[in-house]
Amino acid sequence: MPGVEGFMYPNEVSLYWSVLIVLYPYITGLVAGAFILASLVRVFRVEAVGPTYRLALLTALAFLIVAPMPLQLHLGHPERSFEMYLTPHRTSAMAMFGFVYLWYLMAVLTVEIWLDYRGDIVMMSQTTRGWRRLLYRVLTLGSANVSERALHIDERVGWFITLIGVPSAILLHGYVGFIFGSIKANPWWSSPLMPVVFIFSAMVSGIAAVLLLYMAMMRLRREPIDMRCVDTIAQYMLYIFIIDFSLEMLDLIHRIYEADESFRSLDFMVHTKLWSSQVVLQICIGTLVPIVLVGLVQVTRLSSAVRKRIYAISGSLTLIGVLAMRWNVVIGGQLFSKSFLGYTTYKMGLATREGLLVSIALIILPLFILAALVKLLPPWPQKRQEAAAASAPAH
Amino acid sequence: MNITRRHLLILLPAAAVAWESVLAGTPEEAPNYKKTDHWWGMLIDIPKCIGCGNCVRACQAENDVPDGFFRTWVERYHVEDWNLANPEVISPDGGKEGFPSVAEDSNGKYFFVPKLCNHCADSPCTQVCPVGATFISPDGVVLVDQTYCMGCAYCVQACPYGCRYIHPQKRVADKCTLCYHRITKGLTTACCEACPTGARQLADLKNPKDPIHAFLKTHTVQVLKPQMATGAKVFYNALDGSVR
Repeated sequence: MPGVEGFMYPNEVSLYWSVLIVLYPYITGLVAGAFILASLVRVFRVEAVGPTYRLALLTALAFLIVAPMPLQLHLGHPERSFEMYLTPHRTSAMAMFGFVYLWYLMAVLTVEIWLDYRGDIVMMSQTTRGWRRLLYRVLTLGSANVSERALHIDERVGWFITLIGVPSAILLHGYVGFIFGSIKANPWWSSPLMPVVFIFSAMVSGIAAVLLLYMAMMRLRREPIDMRCVDTIAQYMLYIFIIDFSLEMLDLIHRIYEADESFRSLDFMVHTKLWSSQVVLQICIGTLVPIVLVGLVQVTRLSSAVRKRIYAISGSLTLIGVLAMRWNVVIGGQLFSKSFLGYTTYKMGLATREGLLVSIALIILPLFILAALVKLLPPWPQKRQEAAAASAPAH
Repeated sequence: MNITRRHLLILLPAAAVAWESVLAGTPEEAPNYKKTDHWWGMLIDIPKCIGCGNCVRACQAENDVPDGFFRTWVERYHVEDWNLANPEVISPDGGKEGFPSVAEDSNGKYFFVPKLCNHCADSPCTQVCPVGATFISPDGVVLVDQTYCMGCAYCVQACPYGCRYIHPQKRVADKCTLCYHRITKGLTTACCEACPTGARQLADLKNPKDPIHAFLKTHTVQVLKPQMATGAKVFYNALDGSVR
């Protein structure tokens, strides 16, 4: 049979989870990571990363809106997916998805963004004209009170929501890891470390994404990059990356040392079909290089221009590395037979429903949503001050 | 509560619709068939299997199985004397048209292993289904409500035995139903009926008169991948340690 080496159970020859299921944990991870970066400011009081606070929240929202799309496109009957809400199967990890997603979207992220922006929204509903005015008035949800006391309440409630948000973000992505980690039939997935590795890699990818977006947007706006901010973000990325990499290596060493019945089969797979995507792309280019580069910044004195370049390269490589990690988990987990006697090949379509073009579109789509969100709810302090100044005579 | 004629006219069709949905997931059954009186499984006598592929063909004809997918299939194992861990296994087109002949001077042993859904009592596929479209019937058969399944394929990933697939036209999970439409009418499964040597026997574990009980007492039987603890109910006689 073409693409098959050794023996596969006959129903295993074609893969059932495509590249779209690679994107799903990737995008959800970016959401969780971006949110946790935002929480550094609010809950953990890391003032230095303040300039990215609102951008991180908007990034999380933009990716969260897209997160269920790859799943819907993958389903055989997407019109039945609402049954997960109506008749969730309590023993299924996947059944939780709808609830965790809704909780995170409706109870955490949108509420936090709304509370944080409410003062601005009220202001803009007074200073803008035409459809924008109407839109901002709707977004105030009828709450136009911007007295000091009201804003103070917003701040307190917002802080509380972020406090709930951190475990929620961890739950959102940890549960994605659990979906894979709890499948005892598949030794490549079945590991209690899987949710933990997913959470840490999610944080790394989300932080890298916001770091890159911040630097790119500052460049587009021809504004100086706050070096204290990007240095701190890169530091956090480095520390979390080291934890993430250690956990992944622990998993690897554990597998090699235990060498159970699946080991020879998985080992062969890593040395052949997954060599370039796992060893080269994920571990070397996507993990070791960014760790070494950002580590270098910590121990040497480099000019800000060099540091910026290092962060841009490391951030991009990190995003590629984490995407490769998702690929190796999802696709790698289906390339070998559960009989441990053979291997199959994944053939990605180009313009099919689950093909390459759709995947690229799904990766780009959040950036367009983010652009619209940034336009609608400017995360830049300068813009806010201008708006405040413009609205001052109205008072 | 007073039911007026107007209320009645609204309620009756509503009740009919509700009843229809209650019936939607209920399999057909014979009038005297009582689900709780049965607990179905299967016995596979490996030394009796000749690898003719009759069972695979019968299953495909009976259940309209799409090409390239299998509710049941047959594997041929070739195990060298000393190398249990590295059997050479083939299943060309699921063994549907039989197997190529073996070279005379070949070493080791050859035997056939028919495979199908193990109708596990603690089935991982049922556990993971997000909407409960996969369920175990009171008589111990793992079934899929194809009017409810959304085709996420999580169950396919969770099955340790590779017994499930996504039906390419219906776009829902599909698998062996143990010919539920037949066994609830007092018939045996299509594969058992087509087997010329009696290598496959439908077994009702709750029926004390079923010959399975005598067989289990006098033979060494095993299930596939016992370490998975799925409560598999397809029992194999003389299962070689090399079988995966």
